[in-house]
Amino acid sequence: MMHPVTAPSTFEDWQAAYGLSAERSEPFKTLSGEPVKALYTEADLPASAAIGLPGVYPFTRGVYPSMYRGRLWTVRQFAGFGTAEETNERFHYLLAHGQQGLSTAFDMPSLMGHDSDHALSLGEVGREGVAIDTLDDMQTLFEGIDVGEVSVSMTINAPAAIMLAFYVVAAERQGIAPDRLSGTIQADILKEYIAQKEWCFPVDPAMRLLGDMVEWCSTDMPRWHPVSISGYHIREAGATAAQELAFTLKDGLTYVEEAIERGLDVDDFAPRLSFFFNAQIDFFEEIAKYRAARRIWARELRETFGACNPKSWLMRFHTQTAGVSLTAQQPLNNITRTAIEALAGVLGGTQSLHTNSYDEALALPTEEAVQIAMRTQQVIAHETGVTNTIDPLGGSYFVEALTDRLEELAYDYFRRIDELGGMVEAVKQNFPQREIADASYELQTEIDAGERVVVGVNRFQSHGDADIQTLRIDPALERKQLDRLQGVRARRDAVAVEAALADLRAAAAHPRTNLMPALLQCARAHASEGEIIVALQDIWGRYLETPVY
Amino acid sequence: MESAGVRKLRVVVAKPGLDGHDRGAKIIARALRDAGMEVIYTGLHQTPEQIVETVIQEDADAVGLSILSGAHMTLVPRIVDLLREQGVDDVLVTVGGTIPGHDIPELKRVGVAAVFTPGAPLCDIIDFLLENVGERTPA
Repeated sequence: MMHPVTAPSTFEDWQAAYGLSAERSEPFKTLSGEPVKALYTEADLPASAAIGLPGVYPFTRGVYPSMYRGRLWTVRQFAGFGTAEETNERFHYLLAHGQQGLSTAFDMPSLMGHDSDHALSLGEVGREGVAIDTLDDMQTLFEGIDVGEVSVSMTINAPAAIMLAFYVVAAERQGIAPDRLSGTIQADILKEYIAQKEWCFPVDPAMRLLGDMVEWCSTDMPRWHPVSISGYHIREAGATAAQELAFTLKDGLTYVEEAIERGLDVDDFAPRLSFFFNAQIDFFEEIAKYRAARRIWARELRETFGACNPKSWLMRFHTQTAGVSLTAQQPLNNITRTAIEALAGVLGGTQSLHTNSYDEALALPTEEAVQIAMRTQQVIAHETGVTNTIDPLGGSYFVEALTDRLEELAYDYFRRIDELGGMVEAVKQNFPQREIADASYELQTEIDAGERVVVGVNRFQSHGDADIQTLRIDPALERKQLDRLQGVRARRDAVAVEAALADLRAAAAHPRTNLMPALLQCARAHASEGEIIVALQDIWGRYLETPVY
Repeated sequence: MESAGVRKLRVVVAKPGLDGHDRGAKIIARALRDAGMEVIYTGLHQTPEQIVETVIQEDADAVGLSILSGAHMTLVPRIVDLLREQGVDDVLVTVGGTIPGHDIPELKRVGVAAVFTPGAPLCDIIDFLLENVGERTPA
């Protein structure tokens, strides 16, 4: 009997043929260390119910029935530097260049709850974002922008409730009521202790402040997303994809639990929860991560928390390409990295996207670099054709198998966290912090050993990298901001400020009093962010970290 | 008194300023420890005064300052000045983080021995410390 001369026809034939072929010596694993097989087949596919259809539970293929056939994702570039005046100008520039939503980056003192004239603010004012000390700065930031029309995202956490109060009052002065405001405030406090490390208070009062804000938004700001549960910073701190997925979702589930404990109905707030993920360079692993995230969230909200409104099951998310994947060496290569990461976000079904600029391993981006980053999204949206059909990778043997694997790894972490007494306890015990530190060290060791290639860094280096032009923040801006703050302090009614702060302290001392009304009163009285934080710290104390590494 | 070559290098890894980007600092701290050095990591949000005090109290041979907030041109010269004011002139000062190329010459001029930008291999940092602190006479 003759053997057929055609290529191998069964899996076993292929396996035998593969066994005879040469294989590169590199370890075949994802960026997060998950082993990857040479070939995935039908046998790796999960039960079809888990893949399903877009807009249908468990939403593996996307949260909406039409996805990008109906509406493209929102281009949302994060911006902010200098004083409110400079950032207001950048906002007008971005809106004029096709951006649909605004995303505010605050400077470090604002993020940490310090006024610009605090000793620790020296040299930091307006450097990494915009300096906002009082209501006046917030009003300047949105001057000439109709906040009733444009959706605004604010990336701030520990002092989020205070910034939201400034924003609501700034809108009030534009004649716009809170129920017309749409946008997102990050306010994800657990990941601050886990990864980003911008805190003002100990964990428990910080959780209360967040709860007060979520509760207030559920009645007064129905179009607002009061928390953006963020894996981005967890990943940037060195987490694996599975850790990003697990810790982020567990943070989110913890916020849901807390809100329910306050007596809120899950369907009253869950539809307004949103997420924020990283897009790292391991293309398929990222896509699988987003798909697994949607599925886990839908299942937990429906099965564990009994949410009945299908909108409560939807995990909608923003994506940002990975800052840590950018290299200072051969910086133009970062344009390519960002494009690939952005494509992963799109194929993963993101609702909005920020693409990093190529010069960000060195400094805040120049206007030109920001424009290239925006154009990258526009090329993906309008030239590549990937938006013509929904979830084009759905059913891919590899992507579906990886989605299942990430889901499994996330549930392993959920179990370990539950054994520690839940996420708040796990954070207090440094559990996620330690897991991340270990993962980031392991990855760096692999890069140093050359086991993982970073182009231009440990392979394909070139000497004499072109020195690119980076943005210089004028040191005079710090002085300008100090003058602005002094001006406010001189103009305002000091008695009204003291009265508002006294009311706030009294409210903070009563765990069952919602703090939002007192915070709005402080904002209207032109109390500064730092004064408000200190008033709360008088009652609650501060947080002291025990670093693990 | 210990003899040269026996005393382990003592390195303070410090995070001045307000940014919480501690991934790099923690990786460096661990790598230096794994390379046999005594490492003191200050934790986040340290003032220049706190860092200088730690350097003196710990009798450090070197201090690595990790800054990713853009405040390096304010904070680094201040730390170097404070060290001098305290009569500390034999501690090697290095800086790591997002430091644009055009700021590096000025940092070196004020007394920084080396600046490591993103992507710097750990072994380069370890080697640099071993080579440049090695000549110090132990106290």
